[in-house]
Amino acid sequence: MSSLRFSRVPAIDTALKLVTVAVTMFSFVFVVMVPLYNVLCDALGINGKTSSQAYTVVPAAVDESREVTVQFVAINNDGMPWSLTPDTRMMRVNPGAANGVVFHAVNPTDADMVAQAIPSISPSRAAAYFHKTECFCFDQQMLEGQSSAEMPLQFIVDKDLPADIHTITLSYTIFDVTGTVTDGLASR
Amino acid sequence: MGEHHHGPAQGISRWLFTTNHKDIGTMYLWFAFAMFLLGGFFAMVIRAELFQPGMQLVEPGFFNQMTTLHGLVMVFGAIMPSFVGLANWLIPMMIGAPDMALPRMNNWSFWILPPAFLMLASTLFMEGGAPAFGWTFYAPLSTTYAAPSVTFFIFAIHILGVSSIMGSINIIATVMNMRAPGMTYMKMPLFVWTWLITAFLLVAVMPVLAGAVTMMLMDIHFGTSFFSAAGGGDPVLFQHIFWFFGHPEVYIIILPAFGVVSQIIPAFSRKPLFGYASMVYATASIAFLSFIVWAHHMYTVGMPIAGELFFMYATMLIAVPTGVKVFNWISTMWRGALSFETPMLFCIGFLILFTLGGFTGLMLSIAPADFQYHDTYFVVAHFHYVMVAGAVFSMTAAVYYWLPKWCGRMYNEAMGKTHFWISFIGFNITFFPQHFVGLAGMPRRIPDYALQFADFNMMSSIGAFIYGASQLLFLYNVIATIVAGKPVSDEKVWDGAEGLEWTVPTPAPYHTFEEPPAVPKPAGTI
Repeated sequence: MSSLRFSRVPAIDTALKLVTVAVTMFSFVFVVMVPLYNVLCDALGINGKTSSQAYTVVPAAVDESREVTVQFVAINNDGMPWSLTPDTRMMRVNPGAANGVVFHAVNPTDADMVAQAIPSISPSRAAAYFHKTECFCFDQQMLEGQSSAEMPLQFIVDKDLPADIHTITLSYTIFDVTGTVTDGLASR
Repeated sequence: MGEHHHGPAQGISRWLFTTNHKDIGTMYLWFAFAMFLLGGFFAMVIRAELFQPGMQLVEPGFFNQMTTLHGLVMVFGAIMPSFVGLANWLIPMMIGAPDMALPRMNNWSFWILPPAFLMLASTLFMEGGAPAFGWTFYAPLSTTYAAPSVTFFIFAIHILGVSSIMGSINIIATVMNMRAPGMTYMKMPLFVWTWLITAFLLVAVMPVLAGAVTMMLMDIHFGTSFFSAAGGGDPVLFQHIFWFFGHPEVYIIILPAFGVVSQIIPAFSRKPLFGYASMVYATASIAFLSFIVWAHHMYTVGMPIAGELFFMYATMLIAVPTGVKVFNWISTMWRGALSFETPMLFCIGFLILFTLGGFTGLMLSIAPADFQYHDTYFVVAHFHYVMVAGAVFSMTAAVYYWLPKWCGRMYNEAMGKTHFWISFIGFNITFFPQHFVGLAGMPRRIPDYALQFADFNMMSSIGAFIYGASQLLFLYNVIATIVAGKPVSDEKVWDGAEGLEWTVPTPAPYHTFEEPPAVPKPAGTI
């Protein structure tokens, strides 16, 4: 229409290459950014997330010379009717030693429900030094209506915990995941 | 083919089916102006509510819808399409090409825009109201807690993303393949350079935005948990993805504005642009840096200190190429034969106010200080200094500068200058006090505020009404020019104007450069 002094072929060639770039960038979000973010958060413990895998105990001496305060908090995501309470709010632990705490969960409704607890550590840089050998948060927890359960947590505070950290707060938020599709992601 | 001239088709089909870059450019510009008025109307609602403390006019929920739609409409509906319109009009004329490389796709990239914004605006009338989560639509506000209309918002973003990507591909294909013989890359006008780089940014990051809204869509409707902690996702991930798009986006908005200013300041200084090559390299550096600074928008999410420091220093580094540009513009004016027609006034206004906005940006880049400034009116003041006094002022300058070339008629200079002074004063009355209330702790996006902020907010609102009204003067001036402006026949229109677009007759004929022009002296020679 406008002019024939230019062939459209090179322009279409350029355009197709650019479409490839656009499609690549769209896929980049899904196949690179999301997994990379999760890997980095896991590896560096940033975001205050503890590892979603049980910690394999490396035998090591207990550091008797140092005590760290560990606090436990459990809160409900909005609309979640369960109650989740730790049997102790706070304990003094030696780095390197194995410790345990039990959370008491109650489903006050008449319906069977599935819950997922999501941990968060404060200060977040302590997350990489907080090892769980056993945790109810690794899996979804099912409770029948009007029932309760004891949910154990076993953990070790790493001996390499930075010296300026004296208190670690472990907070669980419990989410109602009844009826949502369970996939691999949900086992955090 | 030179002798085969034919004019546009008649009636509505001219506009629906046109593949002419000038027609499409015109439609983009009018569409952008309509969106500018719509977004401006939303801003007036916001400022009217904030005129006095306490709840005055609108419900808090509706106020949130206004801040959200104001941002979305201004960024995606007004500023971006206006510069695409400018690119359509000018890039072929500046590089000596007969049209854009892919004219039919060009038609499509415009015509899918109005339905997208119709869909976005229609959410106002839906049950639950329009999106009310801010233009940054952070999850879970935009997923778990969003009104059902969020799905329409997501599709609107998809469509306008596709439009932007198609427009950008067209611009790149045009610049790379359609330059007149002799128009080497380093002879291209700076407006073409800045748009070429902007188009690459758009192709790279608009798909990222599309990815973010697609994840939202999947979280809302298909049971995934990208941004939901319950399913193993993370709301902070949303912020990373959004700002990985969002920071390049702010340069997508401002780089074409840099290009416009780099065309206009030399014309009214009657000197070639100072430091052409350094301008090109500075633009490319800014574009590169824009990809590695995104997390400076989210210092308060609890990043490790190393992350905060990296993003802080990388952000500060952007001040270097930006400073190169500002000093080049000032050096261009230095000892020039200056005259102060309306386009030049808007460019000088841009230069002063954009630099101020750059300085507040530098303040915000300091991570420890940002903990104080974060989400306050200081941020609002900062980005309006760079978005309005930056992008909108330069766009206004561009319209005054090239309008006589486009329609062959001269605008009313006195009215243009009046528009500038009212805009300049109104803008500063609106946004300068917001620095103070922000530093004193007034949070953004909230319909009410503590009593001690009352005076400055009243000033802000009065300034906003003045600035808003002055745009109606602009609209009147443009229409009056097109309908009954004093005819101009001089090809150059402005005695200092340089470039191929000033070698075609005035008004620019429907088809230009069907025969390749002889490329005049390089744009960068001093």
